[in-house]
Amino acid sequence: MQTLIKNGWVIDPANMIDGSFDILISDGKIEAVVPHGKISASKIKGAEVINAKGCVVAPGFCDMHVHFREPGHEYKETIETGSASAAAGGFSSVAVMPNTSPVNDNRSVTELILSQAKKTGLVNIYPIGAITKGLKGETLSDMGELKESGCIGYSDDGKPVMDSELMRRALEYSRMFDLPCIQHSEILDLTRGGCMNEGVVSTELGLKGMPVEAEDIMVFRDICLLRKTGGRLHVAHISSGGAVDLVRQAKAKGLPVTCEVAPHHFTLTEEACRNYDTNAKMSPPLRTNEDIDMIKEGIRDGTIDIIATDHAPHDLADKQVEFDNACFGIVGLETALPLTLKLVDEKVITLQKAVDLLTHQPCRIFNLDKGTLGIGKDADVVIFNPNTKFTIEPEKFKSRSKNSPYKGWQVRGKVLHTLVAGRSVYSDQNE
Amino acid sequence: MLLSTKNILSTKELTKQDIQQILDTADSFKEISTRAIKKVPTLRGKTIINLFFEPSTRTRTSFEIAGKRMSADVINISGSTSSSVKGENLIDTARNLEAMNPDILVVRHHCSGAPALLSQFIDSPIINAGDGSHEHPSQALLDLLTIRSHKGDLAGLKVVIVGDISHSRVARSNIRAMQTMGMKVRVVGPPPLIPPDFESLGVEVSHNLREAVRDVDVVMVLRIQMERQNQGLLSSLREYSNYFCLTSESLAKARDDVLIIHPGPVNRGVEISLDVMESPRSLILNQVTSGVSIRMALFYLLLGENNANPN
Repeated sequence: MQTLIKNGWVIDPANMIDGSFDILISDGKIEAVVPHGKISASKIKGAEVINAKGCVVAPGFCDMHVHFREPGHEYKETIETGSASAAAGGFSSVAVMPNTSPVNDNRSVTELILSQAKKTGLVNIYPIGAITKGLKGETLSDMGELKESGCIGYSDDGKPVMDSELMRRALEYSRMFDLPCIQHSEILDLTRGGCMNEGVVSTELGLKGMPVEAEDIMVFRDICLLRKTGGRLHVAHISSGGAVDLVRQAKAKGLPVTCEVAPHHFTLTEEACRNYDTNAKMSPPLRTNEDIDMIKEGIRDGTIDIIATDHAPHDLADKQVEFDNACFGIVGLETALPLTLKLVDEKVITLQKAVDLLTHQPCRIFNLDKGTLGIGKDADVVIFNPNTKFTIEPEKFKSRSKNSPYKGWQVRGKVLHTLVAGRSVYSDQNE
Repeated sequence: MLLSTKNILSTKELTKQDIQQILDTADSFKEISTRAIKKVPTLRGKTIINLFFEPSTRTRTSFEIAGKRMSADVINISGSTSSSVKGENLIDTARNLEAMNPDILVVRHHCSGAPALLSQFIDSPIINAGDGSHEHPSQALLDLLTIRSHKGDLAGLKVVIVGDISHSRVARSNIRAMQTMGMKVRVVGPPPLIPPDFESLGVEVSHNLREAVRDVDVVMVLRIQMERQNQGLLSSLREYSNYFCLTSESLAKARDDVLIIHPGPVNRGVEISLDVMESPRSLILNQVTSGVSIRMALFYLLLGENNANPN
């Protein structure tokens, strides 16, 4: 079984490829990446041909921060619907956060997730295990067992590890397994009851704010701990310009810290909360234009390592309520590419760098043998047209939930095909 | 002339003409409440629902009396008697009420933005009777009516608002309405009770009551909530009173004709002293009387103008 992707512009940052190449896939693996038209006809006899003219061909995107809600909250998303959403967004690999019910803090839950993923058979699912049992912030989870059963990192995401002593031990203990601890950086004492960024808009709306200092202090604390413990710290969904500065300084000192940003934190500000739009309610909250400027600078200079969506599906019952009572979060998988390409439009980064942030870099941080079109690797491929304009219509999302603040946005950058191990898991033509 | 808005959700949405019209209409209704038979047929056959998810005596009663003086049928539903205790969602509750064809919903809710949320799902006009820390527009309108009846013209007047600005929907509604009417607003209170960004609303911020009252026409005192102490926003009510209780002493530098208002309910001796509260310059009870006229005016302007005569 062979597939030939021809006439496309291949961007494969892992192998420093950026040009007009044809890609031959055999039995789910990359067999050849050669300059356009150079594959001998005999070699590709009978191969299925995908014409990628005018399109970018890249390694399938890798989102290291999604919530698929299974087990426990299948009415919001399942591994199957989440996988379909990922495939439609061009993602071939995703890492699922452990705040399910029950929490993924032990082998049995990890194995359930992996078996559901296998049954679904769409995209590669990598579980992230809890840092603390039950996400309670009291005792460390069995990090060794979690790694052995398939987890690729540790996080209490949704909640921070507030106890500094416990965070210290988590960073220390995780060293044994060489997996990163992913922190949702938020000092809860400062954000209690808060539901949006503290600032002009929260003041006008009469909503309790979450000051940006809550994020900065936690990032700083963790960096201080990291200096002592070693281990690997990955700062999830950075939203504060001040926190970007802290990570930059820590990196300059050679500390093993990495961080990610979600597209909503460089495309929207607290202004989106006006009219009490609960689709603009997220944690960390949408901040200000100054934060966005500093985040873009962090993306530009490499302080911010990767883009991750924090895909957080919630159904209407959890969103069509008072702003105070609405759940935090938005779905992100099916809008990530066009929002990331805005950075290219604005000349913050090149198209090549944008692909890098969604493929090679996340796999480097999480030690995944993915995000590459290297010969012999699994043929996880995305084909997208960076110039196709379209209107975002959440009601058409593959995700079970439609909670997106981007409804009606005119964007460009459309996914046409997503392949996982050579098999088509999404094709625009079937829509 | 109709109002520029279908709902009364915030004073921010009201134009100067709207506010003037509401105040003028309320003035013309004042007399009804002094009659031997305090009732006009203007809103006969109209149904008003007071949907209150938060305790209230003054505001709810004021809306109820206003409706009844205009012959509307007024139904009161409180949070504890509504289906919300059975877990019914706010929108479902309101949609069910709407299915019974009310003409106006008056909503009070502890969450900022709840009336705005309802307005997306409900066709009937909605009057926000106080939502969280956001707005309480009818209170601001009755404050303006009270001030106007004593000062004649609102433009150019200076007002100081004293107390817990952070959590006050009364302050937010008043600031917006007063600015629309050309008044100047200053707020005074301890820093933990004034949001750091409050100057962005175009008000002057002070932490010194004695100085802050110096050149103003009106002092508005806000109720201080006892629970702020447990939230760490106040050291003690005793110390709060030392600095921010409106007394004849703290009013020493104020003008003689300064007016004192308070949205109630009053914590006597905490935010305002008994003698100031009962002095001739205190208009606290006039405010309550104005409240009925304002709410009659709102009902009339939202509902009745096309098919009735106020007399």
